[in-house]
Amino acid sequence: MSTKEQNLYGILAEFKNPKELIDVAKTMSKSGFSKFDTFSPFPIHGMDKAMKLKKSKLGWIVFAHAIIGFTGAIAMMYYMSVVDYPINISGKPFFNAPAWVPITFELTVLLSSFGAVFGMFYLNGLPKLNNPLFNVERFKKATDDGFFACIEADDDKFEAEEVKKLFKEAGASHIEEVYE
Amino acid sequence: MIGANALLMVMVVAIGYLIWEGTGIWGLNNPVGWGWAIINFVWWVGIGHAGTLISAILFLFRQDWRTAINRFAEAMTIFAVMCAGVFPAIHVGRIWAIYWVFPIPNQMAMWPNFNSPLLWDVFAVSTYFTVSLLFWYVGLVPDLATIRDRATDKIRKVAYGIFSLGWTGSNRHWWNYEKAYMILAGLATPLVLSVHTIVSFDFAVSMIPGWHTTIFPPYFVAGAIFSGFAMVLTLMIVARKIYGMKDIMTDDHMEKMNIVILVTGSMVGFAYMMEFFIAWYSGVEYEKAIFMLRATGPYAWAYWAMMTCNVLSPQFFWSKKLRRSVGFTFFISIVVNIGMWFERFVITVTSLANDYLPSSWDYYSPTIWDVLTYVGTFGLFFTMFLLFLRFLPMVALAEIKAVIPQADPHNYDEETGEFHKPKVEVPKPQSEKV
Repeated sequence: MSTKEQNLYGILAEFKNPKELIDVAKTMSKSGFSKFDTFSPFPIHGMDKAMKLKKSKLGWIVFAHAIIGFTGAIAMMYYMSVVDYPINISGKPFFNAPAWVPITFELTVLLSSFGAVFGMFYLNGLPKLNNPLFNVERFKKATDDGFFACIEADDDKFEAEEVKKLFKEAGASHIEEVYE
Repeated sequence: MIGANALLMVMVVAIGYLIWEGTGIWGLNNPVGWGWAIINFVWWVGIGHAGTLISAILFLFRQDWRTAINRFAEAMTIFAVMCAGVFPAIHVGRIWAIYWVFPIPNQMAMWPNFNSPLLWDVFAVSTYFTVSLLFWYVGLVPDLATIRDRATDKIRKVAYGIFSLGWTGSNRHWWNYEKAYMILAGLATPLVLSVHTIVSFDFAVSMIPGWHTTIFPPYFVAGAIFSGFAMVLTLMIVARKIYGMKDIMTDDHMEKMNIVILVTGSMVGFAYMMEFFIAWYSGVEYEKAIFMLRATGPYAWAYWAMMTCNVLSPQFFWSKKLRRSVGFTFFISIVVNIGMWFERFVITVTSLANDYLPSSWDYYSPTIWDVLTYVGTFGLFFTMFLLFLRFLPMVALAEIKAVIPQADPHNYDEETGEFHKPKVEVPKPQSEKV
């Protein structure tokens, strides 16, 4: 089990409701912290703005996958039915574009979905085997009805006492140090 | 559960005998080379479509009421598509050669024929299954994390811990997550429409009278949504009674779904009439003959069963009282699915049994093995569904939380931080008994 000799990971604070969490997120981003995060059981409307998050990059990942799916499907069919083994079926052309639409469409959608799901996992760093925050018993509420904010210790501006003060002034109901 | 397992065993036995003996055990004969296998395939795939419609299309339209039923409906989709997938896989006869449908390099140096609608189906259905599964799983991740954090014993903790991938509810994660969910919904929407369109191409691209029509794609999609909503209602009405979830899956949901059934049922009814009109208007005598035979010929019983179940029965939902009646809705939801099965029967069998040459006509009737295989897929479906109800949250927890008024930061007082909009009483989700 954990000993107290370990590295400080960050300071975790619990808040009563989504409104307070949004307010503290605004304070954190205004105070110039960069390695902070908020945790809630559901996405909170307006939180991305409060944390000053830019647009997610996921759209580009999906777009790249869509192009791979589209060109890949056509290239595959072209190679198989025109180059490698052309077969005359009722005199239809070997390169039969209209008949290839369904499969091209399906593979584009399939690849885009892989891009969306696995791209999202990649951007989020999931799956993650462990997270120091899981050492905190109270943090279990983050997936139920708890609202948490955390500033990581390796943030350049991190100063344990300062951070605790910031959380206290924001009305945190509980503040705790998290160790790795 | 025991009942479902027994039915599953029936399916395993029926398929085992099929593989041992060959498709000769089915009632197929010379003109009717497509029987119950394709009927059941189309029927199950159609049922699946409601789940995607609820989860993706209603999500894009910001219909918040969908959160009560989307998880449930998506699970139904996945299991229905599994049942559907059984039939094309086993109907090929030499099941060990099924891999020929995939573009895999092989010793014959042969590739699949990309001009064939049956091959489009392979891609459509497997893509549909994969995307539905991914969509479902992405929705499940935050809820699995909830169960992980509430788990009391070690096995649960580890199992749910693995599948929740270390989800913390971090907003930096939600940020990408919501984007991914939105994109998936946007991808699943055209996908679901394409899948039944392609299924209808299996028929429409051929030259058989009664099949060779352009109305098939929209008519199949409407029918799919029609039967799928009916199946969701059947399952929902039972599940909410057993689990006491009437506060989440309310009568309002039922009414909204009944309206969808009324609309799509009327579209299907319109398509039936239109087919007749076009058959007459085309001036093709085979087309005219096949439609007259459908209504008055050897399969008239099936045709009129279809008309009663699909066209007549949803019309009762013009009445608000009936839309909100649980018992009546349950009854109609089953009638609709019987009707939709007959629709596929009528389309498949009548056109094949009586095509161009009267000398090649024959009457088709199924054997006991057709029936047992079909009944057996219910075993597969209900086994999977009951396992789902037992081990996974059947209501999307995180999504429900996000739509209650307490979740919106704008509903709090600027000064005191007190919640101040309690006028709409939305029941909190009951915690899952896991």
